[in-house]
Amino acid sequence: MKIPIRYNLGSLWARRTSTLMAVLGIGFTVAILVTMMALVQGLDSTFVETGQENQLIVIRQGSQNEVNSYFSRELFPTVKFLPGVAKGQDGEPLIVGDNVVIINHERLDGHASNLMVRGTSVSGLALRPEAKLVQGRWFNRGLREICASQSLSKRFRNLALGDTIHFARSDWKVVGVFEAGGTAYDSEVWADYEEICQDWDRPSYSSVLLRAENAAAAQDIRKRIADDRRINLQAVSQKKYYADQTNTSVGIKALGYFIAVILGVGASFAAMNMMYGAVMTRSKEVATLRAIGFRKRNILGSFMMESVILGLAGGILGCLMALPLHGISSATANFQTFSEVLFNFRITPAIMMRGLLYSALVAVLGGYLPARRAARAKLIDIMR
Amino acid sequence: MSELLIEMKGLTRKFKRDSVEISVLRGIDLQISEGDFISLMGPSGSGKSTLLNIIAGIDRPSGGELRVLDADILSMSEDQLATWRNRHVGFVFQHFNLIPVLTAFGNVELPLLLTHLSRKERREHVLKALELVGLSDRADHYPRQLSGGQEQRVAIARAIITDPTFILADEPTGDLDAESAEEVMKVLAGLNKDEHFRKTIILVTHDPRAAAFATTRFYLDKGVLVEHPRVPA
Repeated sequence: MKIPIRYNLGSLWARRTSTLMAVLGIGFTVAILVTMMALVQGLDSTFVETGQENQLIVIRQGSQNEVNSYFSRELFPTVKFLPGVAKGQDGEPLIVGDNVVIINHERLDGHASNLMVRGTSVSGLALRPEAKLVQGRWFNRGLREICASQSLSKRFRNLALGDTIHFARSDWKVVGVFEAGGTAYDSEVWADYEEICQDWDRPSYSSVLLRAENAAAAQDIRKRIADDRRINLQAVSQKKYYADQTNTSVGIKALGYFIAVILGVGASFAAMNMMYGAVMTRSKEVATLRAIGFRKRNILGSFMMESVILGLAGGILGCLMALPLHGISSATANFQTFSEVLFNFRITPAIMMRGLLYSALVAVLGGYLPARRAARAKLIDIMR
Repeated sequence: MSELLIEMKGLTRKFKRDSVEISVLRGIDLQISEGDFISLMGPSGSGKSTLLNIIAGIDRPSGGELRVLDADILSMSEDQLATWRNRHVGFVFQHFNLIPVLTAFGNVELPLLLTHLSRKERREHVLKALELVGLSDRADHYPRQLSGGQEQRVAIARAIITDPTFILADEPTGDLDAESAEEVMKVLAGLNKDEHFRKTIILVTHDPRAAAFATTRFYLDKGVLVEHPRVPA
């Protein structure tokens, strides 16, 4: 850059009111974009971080997820004793069968929402190391007891330790609260498998979770299950199963980017308006620079640089405005399981970088025409 | 024998205003040699600034011949003219035309940013130029912190910083009081007379006191150049 940047910085400061307006316009746009990306990142992370290596979820053939999957208990031993299923320290296969149901329960804000209740076994906790008890104890077999995730207990009525809620045909007591590290389990309530089957009068499985000895064994188990037409089941890598649920965020992503584009166009015009004003009031300076020997491209480059500085200032402001959202919990509907899924807004360095690039782009688009005007004005005309 | 720097033969410049053609310059013949200090006087609209702009390559004549430093500047592209101006022409404007957001140092340094001098070398040149115009203690001052005369002296420092072949001064005292005007003209005259500099200066002015510093005076009236002007009353 031949023309020093301090010229641009000084000029932006000299017209600080209009500079501030443009920076705010771009800043708000970036804040919204970063917020949307943080929402999507948080949602995606919830699913992507759920699951262990070499673990498979077995559901009914043709089902997309556990909620619309069910199969007979008689099939459990068939899966349990497949070669390649890893064994625990007690020599027993590492496998657990679950019955997943959806209940409708009231949130603290008074609105009702769907919750996923997983009927499972405490013995299967080894397959879900993400979940750690933070209060109370795990549920006992044969009792109408539940453990709720900490996130749910803060969001819904009567899910704190010691509370009792009513669903299906019974009252269920909250005996424990667990924390699952921001994974999909943070959106679940867990109870004893047999108790759920009884209360729903549904003695079946929604899914089976198992651990394979290694990757090759996992692959073999998947093939055996797929090839056995008698059982009509499918086995999916647990990581892939949850990763596939990130399409919950597709609609939000599309909406977010659409809104960002619309706002970005508006912010571009704000930047353009500001830069046109700058070009008009600095025509004498431009003439002087050209008379001294600066070329048109130097003028163009300088005004474009000024736009970029404006954009980056707006981008930084936007990121700072969005930053307080980092870590904040929220929820949305999982359109696959029809239940509420909790997530935390996640503003990563990559998201902030994208926000900054976006702000620079918005400013460059807005600043190009005024910069071109400044560069292409006939020197004799601006000197008169 | 001084080198011939500028030669014009039959130079004309016409403008169109509302489909009416106006001749601003009519057949100008002029030769300017190295070391000349020339003043151009004349009423408003007589074409003085137009002639200056043509010499600087900012405007193009409608007809005639022009050679500046033995180069055909009329066939140069805009970029070539920009480089040529940076090397050969120093400008001093009526309204100083300092960049308000740069200090005196920053303003004087501007032409040097187009050269290959290092930062340290540029700094040395700038401080030397400011010392020459008596403003070395104002290097960090912004234009708004300087008087009119001081601003114009900074502009002169900027004009000479690249050691240009000639200086074009368009009404340099137009915005100054008598004392500041004399100060500025003394600086310009010093740059012309000093053996070390011997700058060629072309001065456009309404002010006969400023014109008096020049060694040769021209008068431009209705587009015609006269070397020995009638001195206005």
